[in-house]
Amino acid sequence: MNIPENLKYTKDHEWVLVDGDVATVGITDFAQGELGDIVFVEIETEDEDLDKEEVFGTIEAVKTVSDMYMPLSGKVMEVNPELEGQPDLVNKEPYEGGWMIKIQISDSSEIDSLLSAEDYKNLVG
Amino acid sequence: MKRTAFFEMHKARGAKMVPFAGYEMPVEYFGINKEHLTVRDGVGVFDVSHMGEFWVKGPKALEFVQKVTSNDASVLTKGKAQYSCFPNGKGGIVDDLLVYRYDEEKFLLVVNASNIDKDWAWCNEQNTMGAELENASDNISQLAIQGPKATEVLQKLTDINLSDIPYYTFVVGPIAGAEEVIISNTGYTGSGGFELYMYNADAEKVWNAIFEAGVEEGIQPIGLGARDTLRLEKGFCLYGNDIDDTTSPIEAGLGWITKFVDHKDFINKDIFLKQKEEGVTRRLRGFVLEDKGIPRHDYEIINDQDEVIGRVTSGTMSPMLKQGIGMGYINKGYTKFDTEIFIKVRNRKLKAKVVKIPFV
Repeated sequence: MNIPENLKYTKDHEWVLVDGDVATVGITDFAQGELGDIVFVEIETEDEDLDKEEVFGTIEAVKTVSDMYMPLSGKVMEVNPELEGQPDLVNKEPYEGGWMIKIQISDSSEIDSLLSAEDYKNLVG
Repeated sequence: MKRTAFFEMHKARGAKMVPFAGYEMPVEYFGINKEHLTVRDGVGVFDVSHMGEFWVKGPKALEFVQKVTSNDASVLTKGKAQYSCFPNGKGGIVDDLLVYRYDEEKFLLVVNASNIDKDWAWCNEQNTMGAELENASDNISQLAIQGPKATEVLQKLTDINLSDIPYYTFVVGPIAGAEEVIISNTGYTGSGGFELYMYNADAEKVWNAIFEAGVEEGIQPIGLGARDTLRLEKGFCLYGNDIDDTTSPIEAGLGWITKFVDHKDFINKDIFLKQKEEGVTRRLRGFVLEDKGIPRHDYEIINDQDEVIGRVTSGTMSPMLKQGIGMGYINKGYTKFDTEIFIKVRNRKLKAKVVKIPFV
């Protein structure tokens, strides 16, 4: 299972790449493997200010629908435009082409609450 | 949790196993979409050993089958099969099933795994004429070999000429190293192929022979996930979703397996005949989404005034059409083909159109 060291994680199986006050968010390799073929990603919260742990979108596999939660509070600045036509990018490149959103972080102190790669590895064991 | 005779083979091929109808079953092996396309374009193998099998024997066998099932079993000659359902006495459906005529006084009923106990109790309760009933569900393994290349693969494993077995016909004979197998030209995928019923003791041998024979054709094992998307693209009903104890076969578009003929009396014949003659207030219909999204079981179907006019019974993203498709009961007035309807998906209202099934 691929769990890059440079990323932060949540217990909801999202990864977070923090770069200054911008966070890029996606779902982990473990999560995409559990979900199976991703057939639809619905994110309609662009430009909205959302709190940490609020739902920012849903991801649909063939058999299941799962909510995706804000790992940090902030504004949804950008939604990955490629996912509409190619939702399977989430399966193929969960940490690269399959990213979901970019957040303008509103409270940088929340970053400390995210899991390290090692914490996440222990979680999914 | 029960296991089928193929359990170790699923594990060896990396299946993701899930509980289903009391069995540990493979839901997928290498991705539902790829498995789906493998069956549409080539050949795939499903373990469907969880299905239930009841024998009906003796001089009262036909009388029993005629009473409990909606289709006309008297037209079945030896070696023929038909799709049918058990009406539940209240105008609903106990289960849908296949009826095989094995012999003059011997039928095989193949029922859904999730309903085996319910069906067995129901059949015994209705057996007032004294047919011999036997529940052989635990003794029989079943594989469905489906897809346009299925016949080509299986033909390597038997001297029986498979092209002489028409759709909904079967023979009993040797194949893949097993002596006595029901070789049935049936399936739940709409892509052609056979279903093989064998003794548990032959299961491993048959599985291995089929996979060896199918290397050249790219044969793959297929899970329950793709079984569902394949059947839905063809508009085949799934018990528990599209039909159940509260839906009538007439509403479900199963009038073609509900035969009102003089020589056949059956449970709920009167109710269904009345529905056929006077019409029903809702119909099971297929629809395609014109907006992006995926309909799911139990989502509301609404009109442009946001009034609820039905409910989704099955839905998925069609791997062939790459579009959301579904079926659901829709109220009278909205069931004409090409009618615009809407599916309520979470907080969104997605445009859809009533269409003829099959979808592909």
